[in-house]
Order: sequence, then structure tokens, then C-alpha cells
Amino acid sequence: MAGGEGRRGVTVALLSTVVFFTLLAVAITHAPGWPEVKRTFFNWDEFRASMPEISRAFLLNVKMFCIAEALILVLALLLAIVRSLPGPVFFPMRALGIAYADFFRGVPTILVIALLGFGAPALQLSWVPLSTTFWGIVALVLVYTAYVSEVYRAGIESVHRSQDAAARSLGLTHWQSLSRVVLPQAVRRVIPPLLNDFIGLQKDTALVGFLGSVEAFKQSQIDAAATFNYTPFVAAAVLFVALTIPLARFTDWLVLRDRRRRHATGT
Amino acid sequence: MRRAPAILLVALLSILAAGCGGSSNKAANATGTTTGTSCKKDTLNLVNAGQLTVGTDNPAFPPWFGGPEKKAPWKVSNPYSREGYESAVTYAVASKLGFTNAEVKWIVVPFNTAFAPGPKKFDFDINQISYKPARAKAVDFSDSYYDVNQALVVVKGTPIASATSIAALKPYKFGAQLGTTSYDYITNNIKPAKKTAVFDTNDAAVASLKNKQIDGLVVDLPTAFYISAVQVPNGKILGQFPTVGTPEHFGMVFEKGNSLDRCVNDALSQLRTDGTLKRLQAKWLQADAPVLK
Repeated sequence: MAGGEGRRGVTVALLSTVVFFTLLAVAITHAPGWPEVKRTFFNWDEFRASMPEISRAFLLNVKMFCIAEALILVLALLLAIVRSLPGPVFFPMRALGIAYADFFRGVPTILVIALLGFGAPALQLSWVPLSTTFWGIVALVLVYTAYVSEVYRAGIESVHRSQDAAARSLGLTHWQSLSRVVLPQAVRRVIPPLLNDFIGLQKDTALVGFLGSVEAFKQSQIDAAATFNYTPFVAAAVLFVALTIPLARFTDWLVLRDRRRRHATGT
Repeated sequence: MRRAPAILLVALLSILAAGCGGSSNKAANATGTTTGTSCKKDTLNLVNAGQLTVGTDNPAFPPWFGGPEKKAPWKVSNPYSREGYESAVTYAVASKLGFTNAEVKWIVVPFNTAFAPGPKKFDFDINQISYKPARAKAVDFSDSYYDVNQALVVVKGTPIASATSIAALKPYKFGAQLGTTSYDYITNNIKPAKKTAVFDTNDAAVASLKNKQIDGLVVDLPTAFYISAVQVPNGKILGQFPTVGTPEHFGMVFEKGNSLDRCVNDALSQLRTDGTLKRLQAKWLQADAPVLK
């Protein structure tokens, strides 16, 4: 009985999927503007012609988020620790941490990039780097550190207070308890949302193009403006998706594995 | 009961498909009425009947647009002023087509949306857009209203300012606005060692030049005069570049297949023959700069 239900379920799902996508395809391809859209967005020749250069430009995106991710992981953890410092002595540091997180989560990323990328070099100080890529990375690190520190903090707060109390009662100091008992549990719990933020970061590297750095999106804009054909945008989108989908699936897998483990070892 | 959602989905999509089919008939009718041969104002195929809707980007910069800034939303210059070369040419063309000055309406069209597929909100767009064969597949261009040369803006006292030939420019970092032929000129003719920076707007490019994040900014020559005189302190035109291959020209942009194109070309040709274009260029555009070899 259960097997029959399952088979029927699969058949219905298959049928419904086929009908859905057929109708969607028919609706789109029969739209009055479809030939124009097909020519401007899905032009195979344009796609092939623009792909090599966009791929090369995409290396800059990869470089930017690799550097940014490493820095964010460390700095966000520090910020989260600062925000969870106990006692009235540390109030100014906690307040600073809160102000930082509020500010950089509130300001649109592209504004931070524009303000730093054009503002900092305008100081004309000899030791201030002029590189737009440098300032793009700095801006991304500042913004994403604010987001990611919140993720870490949620993780730290999700570890029951009894864990810390038990560690302290065994004679561990506050730092020992934090680094050996609380953080290992906290970090493991927040790996999925961490990776989620990194998918966001990968996409936001495209914003650095605003400063003049030629990354994948900017390169696709250059190609699109040269021919008035938007297919290069699709090429750039394909590259970003090709990178983020594996990471998204990896995140799903990590969540699943964590759940299985916890069920296996639970109680 | 369990099948109800699936049936609902099918029904919904059928309605969607039918709706799209319906609008395709309407579009076919609309294109059928554009076969008039006369260039009289009443017979033109216009976005808004009785008025000429012209697009350009905001801010509108000198020397292409001029006049005191008064009419919102326009910044820096006011296209309605009839001052500045593109504004003056537009009103001259409009007058040849039988429009009064009051019947010309300006709308803001960012460069990138001038060539977006689909119906256009303007009758034509005039925004220093260079003709290119590949672009002419997406939109229609008018004939030239200005034959343009590229020029190099630098900051006085920087190393690049002492360069005298194109070959001497190779070690420097250049910038250009997105989608301009200035960018093509850098890539194809200067071939610099450093990756060219590309900016969404000329303003961002100017900011970068002021910050010395780029050594030189390539723009069309008339714009170079404005940037070096007004926007960049200590700015200087190092020179204009010689034409390579077919001379470059600016054209007005029309929706593909628009019948207005032919009428505007007639008007431009009259303005060229009677010397109006030359006179307006002499009035609004400076074009004297040493040629870089």
C-alpha cells in the first residue's frame, strides 16, 4: 500500500512538473517580445564570444572573496567575543561593538564601497593605498564582519550557560572556558548560516566594479555596452551560479550531517 | 480533492498563456501603422502625439548641454535651455520637423537604458552615443551630428603629463567610461600595460583621476575640455588621438524600426548643407588640441 502511494506520488510530481514547465515555456516563447528577448539575452554567439574574457575577469571576484572570507572569519569572531564580554568594566567595548554592527549592517554595501574607494585615496596620504581592489575588499570585510559577528554571537548564546558554569567549576578560566568549551560548540552550530553569508559575499564582490575594477559583472557590462546585447550578463550570471550552487549544496549537506550526528549521539 | 491544486495550476497557466497571446496581436497592429512617407509633424510616429520626446542622461554636462540649472530634475545643465551643442542641435532638428520649442520634451535616460530591448520612452536619445555596427543591430542610429576624436586628460605635474607620444603612454593606468569608444581606443590603440579601469559614469572616472587612482582619462575631445577646465583641478588635455580606421561619429538613438529616423536624417542633412551644424559646433565646442602621434 505504501509502495503504491509512493509510485503514484512520483507520477503526479513528474506529470505536474512537465505540465508546469511546458506551459511556462509556451507562455514565454509566445510573448510578443520573445524574439527580441531571445536575440538580446540568449544569443549563443555572443555568449561564446564574451565568456573567455568574463571568466578571466571572474578571477578577480574569486581573489577578492577568498581574501575577504579569511579576514571576515577571524575579525567577526573577535567582534562577537567582544560583544559577549561579561561585566560592567567592558561596557564601552560592548557599546562600540554594537555601534559597529548596527552601522555596517545598516549602510548599503555599495555606499560603503563608494565612500571608501573614492574617499580614502582622496586624502592624498602617501601611505594610503590607491588600489580600488584593496578598498573594495576593505569595504566588503567591514560590512560582512558586522553580519557574520551576529551569526557567531547567536551561536555563542545558543550554548547553554551550564556548559560555561561546569567548565568554570572545573577550574578553567573565563578564556579557557570560552575557547575550549563554548566556542567549539557555538561555531559548529553556525556553520550553515556562516556559509550562507559567504554566498552573499561572493555575489557582492560584483559591487566593487563600481570603483572601476574590471571584475566579471563590469566586464559583462563592457561587452553589453559595446554591442547593445545583454547576453554577456547571462554569461556572468552563469559563472556566479556555478560557484555558489556547489557551496549551497555543501551547506545543505553539512546541516544534514550535523543533524544525523546529533541524533546518533543524542541522549 | 487531492488533485485540486494541480488542476488549478494548469488552469492558471493556461490563462497566462492566453493573455500573452492576446497582447501579441496588439503589437502586430501597432507596427502596421508606421509606413507613412511624409515627415510632417502630425504624421510622425511619436511616443506622445504632438510633442517630440527626447532623452539624455542626468546630469547633462557642458559642452553638450548648457544654461543655468533651473528646471528639475536636471542637474548641472538644463536641456531646455537650447544652450550647449546637443541641446542646440535637438532644437534645430525639432524646428525642421515642424515642432515649436515648447513642443520638445526632455526625459532622463541613463546611458545603459538607451539601448534596453523593447519599447522606448523617447522618440530619440541624444547622449554622445557613438555609432557601431554591432549596436545598430539593437537600435537605429541617425547619421552623424558630430564627428568625434578621443582625447587624453591628465593632471599637471604627474609623470604622464610629460609624455609626448602614444608609445610613451604604455606604462600608465587609464580609465574610461563604460560603453564608450574611449575604452575601445585604449584597448585597441594605446594597449597599456596596466588593466584599464572602467567606470559607470564619467563622474566616477573624474573622481578616480583626481585621486590619482588612474593616470589618464580618455574621453571625447569636447568633454575633455570641460573636465580639464572645470572638474579636475590642475587638469590638462595632453592631446587628442589621431583617428584610426573609420572616423567615429555620434548619432541619435531610435527604437529599432522607427520611421522617425529617416525624417531626422533629412533634417540633419539640411542642417549640414546650410552650415548650421558647423556654426553650432563653432559656438559650443572647442576642438583645438595637439594631436598625439
